[in-house]
Amino acid sequence: MTAYLITSVSVVGAAPTDLLIRDGVVAEVGPGLSAPDATVVDGTGLVALPGLVDLHTHLREPGREDAETVESGSRAAALGGYTAVCAMANTSPVADTAGVVEQVWRLGREAGLVDVQPIGAVTVGLAGERLAELGAMADSAARVRIFSDDGYCVADPKLMRRALEYVKAFDGIIAQHAEEPRLTEGAQMHEGEVSTRLGLIGWPAVAEEAIIARDVLLTEHVGGRLHVCHVSTAGSVEVLRQAKARGVRVTAEVTPHHLLLTDERATTYDPVFKVNPPLRTAADIAALRTALADGVLDVIATDHAPHAVEDKECEWAYARPGMLGLETALSIALDVLGPQWDLIAERMSRTPARIAGLTGHGVDPAPGVPANLTLVDPAARRTIEPAELASRSRNTPYARMTLPGRIVATFLRGEPTVLDGKAVK
Amino acid sequence: MIRHLLSGADLDADTATEILDTAAEMATVAGREIKKLPALRGRTVVNLFYEDSTRTRISFEAAAKRLSADVINFSAKGSSVTKGESLKDTALTLQAMGADAVVVRHPASGAPHRLANWVDGSVVNAGDGTHEHPTQALLDAYTMRARLGRLAGLSVAVVGDVLHSRVARSNVLLLSTLGAKVTLVGPPTLIPVDIAAALAPGTDVSYDLDSVLPNVDVVMMLRVQRERMNDSYFPSAREYARRYGLDGPRMRRLPAHAIVMHPGPMNRGMEITPEVADSPRSTIVEQVTNGVSVRMAVLYLLLGGNNR
Repeated sequence: MTAYLITSVSVVGAAPTDLLIRDGVVAEVGPGLSAPDATVVDGTGLVALPGLVDLHTHLREPGREDAETVESGSRAAALGGYTAVCAMANTSPVADTAGVVEQVWRLGREAGLVDVQPIGAVTVGLAGERLAELGAMADSAARVRIFSDDGYCVADPKLMRRALEYVKAFDGIIAQHAEEPRLTEGAQMHEGEVSTRLGLIGWPAVAEEAIIARDVLLTEHVGGRLHVCHVSTAGSVEVLRQAKARGVRVTAEVTPHHLLLTDERATTYDPVFKVNPPLRTAADIAALRTALADGVLDVIATDHAPHAVEDKECEWAYARPGMLGLETALSIALDVLGPQWDLIAERMSRTPARIAGLTGHGVDPAPGVPANLTLVDPAARRTIEPAELASRSRNTPYARMTLPGRIVATFLRGEPTVLDGKAVK
Repeated sequence: MIRHLLSGADLDADTATEILDTAAEMATVAGREIKKLPALRGRTVVNLFYEDSTRTRISFEAAAKRLSADVINFSAKGSSVTKGESLKDTALTLQAMGADAVVVRHPASGAPHRLANWVDGSVVNAGDGTHEHPTQALLDAYTMRARLGRLAGLSVAVVGDVLHSRVARSNVLLLSTLGAKVTLVGPPTLIPVDIAAALAPGTDVSYDLDSVLPNVDVVMMLRVQRERMNDSYFPSAREYARRYGLDGPRMRRLPAHAIVMHPGPMNRGMEITPEVADSPRSTIVEQVTNGVSVRMAVLYLLLGGNNR
């Protein structure tokens, strides 16, 4: 196993130092290290972060390998600075059995670019009718701890209560896609001024807020653990703020796109901006950013959602919702938060690793720690070209935007997955 | 002149007025024995209709033919569209055939905007989903101007299912641009959120038709589908008609000069009674006639007929 000596690198924003990586762990940290057998990586001007962890990734395999595979998605993740991703369950077949989650887990191991941690479906076929075999998935080789019907809301309150209760046996979490389905029938974009102008059916903020309010009460009642996916509204933030103040065991994520883009993007009718939950207003963005800084929102998660060209190059109403995120998330975080490295490490690595129970991830580089880390060049600026992305799909909402920051290298257990900004394999 | 007509917002006051003035000239053609001008000879106009709308399609067809254009009718039925061809592939096909203008009717809001990215010719929105129908707004404005002599300062009530109405959106935009005052009337469930901010800041909203009628110059009734009651927008067709339908007694609350409009097709007995629809105040048949003149003007101006 090759050793790597990263010189003059700022660890999470601290003064420059050297990092020696050997045998899969960070062997030494300190200025002026020497290791003649090690490959030297010049870290001057770079920031080392614990490898990023994504709680919300769609890898599309099995079922839609034309849009993404575990391997292509893993490569996109590594290029984005990630060392672990949680793969959502809405594949085809749905990841609602031990067999499917083990398949995804095994494909992730074979790709070897990031740790792929499968998320299991809450209900059979995501149909919202009866519980999937949550225990079997938890006991499988994939050791599933997060369960989600993402794409669909577990709307039935009794079923949601049972799910929150049942997974307590193995310290599981229910990750809810908060969307009251009766309030969003046919919905195409945020309900507001822009949807009125465009004649597109509105997705009202209250459809998200009502479910979160219900779910935090259910979680409190049964003493479970709730994670709220892709929080998108100012009202949701207030519900979460109150719940957290009461001590409810709830965590929440926000996506890069909900921190940056508003519903005005829909005015072109280009479905690359169609996503669920939809892009909201500038006031929502302001509330989300505040909540991210003060911790009401725990995590930035990508909701990386690759889609084939034909599923986006069409009428808005017929397009599938979702956008790419893995290769641009850190740049958006830098753009939104500035060089607050400790906050970025907290929201994109340490906290998501803790929520997902991924030991060995989300730990700052220090002697003896597994060498899962990424090197960022904060001074670089890059223009996003969809054709240059490693994802099989092209549906990035940031096409031709110039964003700060570039991932120079990523290490997974001491092995580089990205060097000089390029995927190693 | 603009290249595409996708929205009422594409028209500033000068452009809209030019279209209305040109339509008035076109109307004189309809009075002749030979109802034809050579203006668009050799140009190809495609009517691309993804929804059944015989009245709008034949109106555009008559308009294009009176200008001597070659007209191709491409309807979703009996074409490759039913075999699942994408809008983009259809656009590329029309492009390859050399369409100078594509008149598109589509159930999805924004489809004409997408189409405009993929063809070189002019795109005319002939109604997209619940978004807009700008030539309907132009023919409505033309009709008001013809009957009442002006548009600036007029007070217009648009009554009914504004939420799902492409006619209402285009009318609010165009009438506001031309200086008329629009009041939207309907049950709160059928008035979209933030409508004034979304379309035109001076737009008013009322839930009470009776209080609005004595003060308007024009009342425009929108088609209301009975099926909306199944989605709880209102309790029953009868209650809707009682609260928001225009019947004889209500019509008599209007000022003496006021006109009654409807874009058609009407639900007689729902939003409008036969007594009103067939009264001298009603402009419903004139609207159809004026539609051809206005669409002639739109095609003529978009295809550069005025500078050739």
